[in-house]
Amino acid sequence: MSTTEWQPSALQRERDAYRRRRSTRAILLSLAITVAVIAVFVTIIHSSSGWPKVRDSFFDLGVGWKGLPGLLDAFWINVQIMLISEVCILVIGATLAVLRTLQGPAFFPIRFFTAAYTDIFRGLPLLLVILLVGYGVPGLRLAGAPKSEMVLCIIALVLTYSAYVAEVFRAGIESIHLSQRSAARSLGLTTWQTTRFVVFPQAVRRVIPPLLNDFVSLQKDTTLVSFVGVIEITLTSLNQQSQDFKFVHQVFAGLVFLALTIPLTRFTDWYSKRKGWVGGGQIR
Amino acid sequence: MSPSVDKSQTPLLRVAGLRKAFGDTVVLDDLDLVAEDHSCVALIGASGSGKSTLLRCIDLLEIVDDGVIELDGQDITDPRVDANEVRTKIGIVFQSFNLFPHLRVIDNVTLAPRRVHRASREQAEAEALAMLDRVGLRNRADARPDELSGGQQQRVAIARALVNKPRLMLFDEVTSALDPELVGEVLELIRELRGDGMTMLLATHEMSFARDVADQVCFLDGGRVLEHGPPEQVFGDPQQPRTRQFLRRIIEAGRL
Repeated sequence: MSTTEWQPSALQRERDAYRRRRSTRAILLSLAITVAVIAVFVTIIHSSSGWPKVRDSFFDLGVGWKGLPGLLDAFWINVQIMLISEVCILVIGATLAVLRTLQGPAFFPIRFFTAAYTDIFRGLPLLLVILLVGYGVPGLRLAGAPKSEMVLCIIALVLTYSAYVAEVFRAGIESIHLSQRSAARSLGLTTWQTTRFVVFPQAVRRVIPPLLNDFVSLQKDTTLVSFVGVIEITLTSLNQQSQDFKFVHQVFAGLVFLALTIPLTRFTDWYSKRKGWVGGGQIR
Repeated sequence: MSPSVDKSQTPLLRVAGLRKAFGDTVVLDDLDLVAEDHSCVALIGASGSGKSTLLRCIDLLEIVDDGVIELDGQDITDPRVDANEVRTKIGIVFQSFNLFPHLRVIDNVTLAPRRVHRASREQAEAEALAMLDRVGLRNRADARPDELSGGQQQRVAIARALVNKPRLMLFDEVTSALDPELVGEVLELIRELRGDGMTMLLATHEMSFARDVADQVCFLDGGRVLEHGPPEQVFGDPQQPRTRQFLRRIIEAGRL
């Protein structure tokens, strides 16, 4: 077949030119609207009577910059909590989800336990769980129980988030059509092998966006560990604020979080797309 | 291209110089085709010869790389044309049915009348029931697609396309996913449509059916219509060596 000699006809060149013009126009229009909306917001904020004071407190970049190294040091605690928790959450969440989809009366206690677990820990406010675990477990004075606040906080985060993530995985598993199970079982795979090699891998691809949602949410919720005295980034920003009475430290702390979460989200989208997990094309 | 073209009359469908490539694979290469009003054109050819892609291009489900597709004299490949409006005039039936699994049979059929043509629920359902009656499935109106046999699903898919009152019907190997017992009921329905004067393009591997029902048979090879003519000519006295080879293999497989 001939690929190299083909040249678009005059008609096709005209169509392509029209499509280019149309997309250029659409891009320009959307840019213009974006700029206009931003301009309106900036004008409204600038003309408010409190703006000079707010600017002095929230946007004193020099002061904020000086506090940044301290914030970053503290943020390392958040990152550690987040990474360790996330690994445990994914493992426990996936396990809970698979256990909950087990069929047959023999597995009723397991299904009941997993359902009860998700119901309870999804329903409890995370802050309460952190306080209960952070102060309750050491209070028991059990031999061998962890004493480090950080470890206790990780346990609390894992307890709560595993319940969310289990439900995400379960939705993914149940969205895979029964015919996939039939095909796998027809080849002689056991129930477990079917879940492990056929259903679960497809389910994971489908639930990557909501999983990422929970992961980003977890990153932000690592700030709650400050309630049991772990010196992480928000607590550090409050300490800095108590020195110079400026809110710029909270603004910088927010930027530090965004600097981590936005690239992560973009990377995940890009990776899923490159792997062909998402994006089934478009119809004009 | 058809032997008895009346020059004063525009054909319902005219395809000229159509080209479509996916990456480096050229699927349609300078393809020409004409379908007169109330005629049935059968597209035959090996898998991968471009039959499906041609039908998808005509229904504007693919953006063509070059060439013209005219429906009733209007160039529908022009980017200024409202593709959604064009599609309401063309019905397509897919090889794998593509019914909406979350909707009952009746809701599959009333979706477009209610959402696109803004018909009232009562009116849309009355029309849909009449259409289901015609395809012999009025009693399954409340069923879910996965409760139906393949042949029944395909008949619902045909009803879903017909309820839009299309000017042109495209059938994309509609019996290829059916087991032999169920093929007959679908082909019978298409034959009836043909009798009612529906203009249709039929990509098919059912050679005896094509021979029986088509006015024109087009043999696609290498992204072009290599040979075309009335069925008795293409099947009885093929001119091109490729066509002869293709038909010989079909006969060897016992399908003609």
